[in-house]
Amino acid sequence: MSQSDQSLPLLRVQSLVKSYGDRVAIHEASFDLWPGEVMAVVGESGSGKSSLLNVIAARTQPDAGQVEYLNHNGQLENIYTMTQAQQRLLSRTEWGFVHQNAADGLRMDVSAGANVCERLMGLGERHYGRLRQTAEHWLHRVEIDISRMDDTPRTFSGGMRQRLQIARNLVTQPRLVFMDEPTSGLDVSVQARVLDLLRQLTRKMQLAVVIVTHDLAVARLLADRMMVMQHGRIVESGLTDQVLDDPQHPYTQLLVSSVLQP
Amino acid sequence: MSASYETAPEVNFAYLDERTKRMIRRSILKAIAIPGYQVPFGSREMPLPYGWGTGGIQVTASVIGPEDMLKVIDQGSDDTVNAVNIRRFFERTAGVNTTTRTHEATLIQTRHRIPEKPLVEGQIIVYQVPVPEPMQRLEPREAETRTLHGLAEYGLMHVKLYEDIARYGHIATTYDYPVMVNHRYIMSPSPNPKFDNPKMHMNPALQLFGAGREKRIYAVPPYTSVESLAFEDHPFEIQKWPVACTQCGATDSFLDEIITDDSGSRMHVCSDSDYCQTRQDEQSSVAT
Repeated sequence: MSQSDQSLPLLRVQSLVKSYGDRVAIHEASFDLWPGEVMAVVGESGSGKSSLLNVIAARTQPDAGQVEYLNHNGQLENIYTMTQAQQRLLSRTEWGFVHQNAADGLRMDVSAGANVCERLMGLGERHYGRLRQTAEHWLHRVEIDISRMDDTPRTFSGGMRQRLQIARNLVTQPRLVFMDEPTSGLDVSVQARVLDLLRQLTRKMQLAVVIVTHDLAVARLLADRMMVMQHGRIVESGLTDQVLDDPQHPYTQLLVSSVLQP
Repeated sequence: MSASYETAPEVNFAYLDERTKRMIRRSILKAIAIPGYQVPFGSREMPLPYGWGTGGIQVTASVIGPEDMLKVIDQGSDDTVNAVNIRRFFERTAGVNTTTRTHEATLIQTRHRIPEKPLVEGQIIVYQVPVPEPMQRLEPREAETRTLHGLAEYGLMHVKLYEDIARYGHIATTYDYPVMVNHRYIMSPSPNPKFDNPKMHMNPALQLFGAGREKRIYAVPPYTSVESLAFEDHPFEIQKWPVACTQCGATDSFLDEIITDDSGSRMHVCSDSDYCQTRQDEQSSVAT
């Protein structure tokens, strides 16, 4: 990364507002995300976490405010003034989106190998042998047995589906991945395995991640920084350990104190 | 085949009313202007069920004139029920002359085949299309497939071919094999066997496609590039048969396998009945 890039964030979110009718989902959200940084967004259900994620991932339009992304020329570019073609290209090359329910992010009726390789085929890869190699490599990286490569995700367990979804998103070596509760649907031991995998991959690939979760343990494990949302407002943000160990806002204090300690 | 020039007086020429024909012609013109693009049109109810060629009939009815010579084929044959009925439909409603000879026809309506005899300039071939959207099986949302066409995001089509190779070791799609038209739009060539795909490429005739139930018309203008999709290490190939046609000895045509008795005997004959018959006639005239 060149020197000029260091001074600019990968993603700059400014005064974002989104409401559904009278109901305000996001109220004046602003933050910067730096390259290679993992940012957790926590809060209770309905606090606007997922709305925020969808808006900054250009999946829905905000009512006001802007989101800028650092392009390859080292300049911040407003993602809402891009053409739809540019947005879509960005979201299937430099970005990834991991859904809570893996079925939303996978093609359930085509094989795991094809799921992993779809983005590459979309970018013009036309060599079957090379695609197979890539698929093998990625299934190996997310700890899925190569013998399952030609099975459909429908035959996979929840944890395998989630790992396959991660592989499908990372195959183009993105710079930024959005994750919406990636581990909430999984049982605890599977959750630990997926989280461990995510932690390894984000570190190795220097991924910047915005991860939405209601689970503070997930934030603690993965995130460098975190934001706490309540009723559409970002009420507190800071380094993860700092926020969790010394919460300032009453709502954050409530949230931290309500976690059960085993 | 003799045509009776009496059209039933209560029916407009070629069945459809003039305003409907004009509407369909506008869609056809648009389709020709954007090769491979699916143009929506107000498909009418026709006196035969969906799936029997309502789209093709409406296109034919809109482009046919009293001077046209019509040929109708179904799976290559002029004598199967779909072909016979549609041919008779236009004999009765348009009073046009009909033929089974490919080279005599000015207008050919077809289901699932392209004649073996190369088409020439001035001819129009109309295909009956059941499913116009090549990505429908993989992406059921039509709003999404339209966006994919609009932005030329066609990774999905190779997913389909990838799946074939992963499952069967080769591209097992043998009909409705997706093509790229004019280097821009992915198109379903109607359920033709892939054997016919190369014939569509740079064809001198005008190729029109009508899907009645799905209400779509698309077209390949004369001399337009039509490429079959493939992988570099799994190139596109057409079907081959180890035998020749039992009737005419052709080795270059699409062969149907016919079981001839209960003990499993079988023979291969040309699917294109006119091609086969023409060859047989030539052979007998040489012999005498």
